[in-house]
Amino acid sequence: MPEFGKIGFIGAGQMAEALARGFSNGKMIKFEDVVATDPTEARMKVFKDLGAQTVTDNKQVVEKADVIFIAVKPQYVGVVLKEVRSSLKDNHTIVSIAAGVTLAQLKEAAGDVRLVRVMPNTPCLVGETASAMCLGPKATDKDAEMVRKLFSTVGQCIQVDESLLSAVTGLSGSGPAYVFLMIEALSDGGVRAGLPRDIAQALAAQTVLGSAKMVTETGKHPGQLKDMVTSPAGTTIAGVHELEKGAFRSTVMNAVIAAANRANELSKQ
Amino acid sequence: MAEALARGFIAGGKVQPGDITASATSDPRKEVFRGFGANAADSNQQVVDNSQIVFVSVKPPYVVQVLKEVSSSLTNEHIVVSIAAGIPLGQMQEAAGKEVRLIRVMPNTPCLVGETASAMCLGSNVSEENAAMVLELMSSVGTCLKVNEALFSGVTGLSGSGPAYVYLMIEAMADGGVRAGLPRDTAQTLAAQTVLGAAKMVLETGMQPGALKDQVTSPAGTTIAGVHALETGAFRATVMNAVLASASRADELSK
Repeated sequence: MPEFGKIGFIGAGQMAEALARGFSNGKMIKFEDVVATDPTEARMKVFKDLGAQTVTDNKQVVEKADVIFIAVKPQYVGVVLKEVRSSLKDNHTIVSIAAGVTLAQLKEAAGDVRLVRVMPNTPCLVGETASAMCLGPKATDKDAEMVRKLFSTVGQCIQVDESLLSAVTGLSGSGPAYVFLMIEALSDGGVRAGLPRDIAQALAAQTVLGSAKMVTETGKHPGQLKDMVTSPAGTTIAGVHELEKGAFRSTVMNAVIAAANRANELSKQ
Repeated sequence: MAEALARGFIAGGKVQPGDITASATSDPRKEVFRGFGANAADSNQQVVDNSQIVFVSVKPPYVVQVLKEVSSSLTNEHIVVSIAAGIPLGQMQEAAGKEVRLIRVMPNTPCLVGETASAMCLGSNVSEENAAMVLELMSSVGTCLKVNEALFSGVTGLSGSGPAYVYLMIEAMADGGVRAGLPRDTAQTLAAQTVLGAAKMVLETGMQPGALKDQVTSPAGTTIAGVHALETGAFRATVMNAVLASASRADELSK
């Protein structure tokens, strides 16, 4: 019996595919233990071609799987859970990856079952998500560990209290956009300094990737890493000076706060 | 840096540890190289005598001196690759000898985790084959692009100094997360991972970053609110300023 039992996907879109591929590449699951459904034939075919079982009915996914990922758009989550509610048992774990759908809402639709809510972000699509999870009242530590392990194949997943999910949204949910802007601006700076666009863009994106990896792999404080690369009266400290002049760091903080506040507003609607 | 390159070349299957010879002024550094199966030499001369591709990875103030020291042992079979910031090909050619095949590489610190963003330029005696060999080696520790030497200040400003800007960004994102209520370690982990993942998206999709930003900004959503704050703070202009200031400083230093 595979470690996590059978994995079901209600909704077989890009996110679901990224997760399934990641779980498989990370040797956590085999595709033969995956069952998926989607309203679109083309998406079903993607999963079929990977070796998963596909069914036409959401209920069938629940009947065949132990861990069920709800990977439909947020507005359909309630509908889908109500539809399968009567088939949900004590041994099922429901994992929702829908932005903005609360545990309370999930429970109202699905009943008092084992619920895990995950807030992933787009880089899940390239196997490097920064995500957070929170547990519903019936979910166990084993559920949390299982989700953490599965998500470790596609990046990182940290457990937080649900009350912090707006903050997570502001940071990792929306964060990729801030990074896209940074890469674009670095590239523009390079072009301004004389580099051809394609060179500037390639160096910009790779610089950001490598630097982030320095933080994740060395475990050093970013400020310390900055200290280590700023030699006296050198080129790097001149660049850093401009960032400080432009209140770079407070602007980035403002972005995280603005997005978190908007997430809060939306969650009250 | 030398260690990172050596380990990277080995991990990438480009060379065997036994094919590497390194000289160092300190014994502990020699031990490090012996530790992963490379040979430690007692002199710079010995490195040159035992190698075809010679990486000069001493601090910039020592490059010329070291090249002068070994210049009489350098033949036209050797390829000398300098990774020192700010030392132009002309200066190195003069020290090493007119006929020596010289390549100048500007790597950056993430070489240490096998993800450098680097540029290389070629001395006058370097063949296509030589260049391709060094490019292949450098590709095992990240990205290496051929760039005209005249543009090296721009490279310095962007990828040379860029890591510091990214460290500031990660710190600020983490601070924003803490301001919004996250514990520090959670905020820091999410911040670093977010930056890593987003950069990987740009590299893997090949999409223009602005187009990727469009894809993730839904109407009246959270992300566009964050973007608005960045625009309000002239975020992009500030980043451009940083690249330029660093590039200008590189120009000053090269004189």
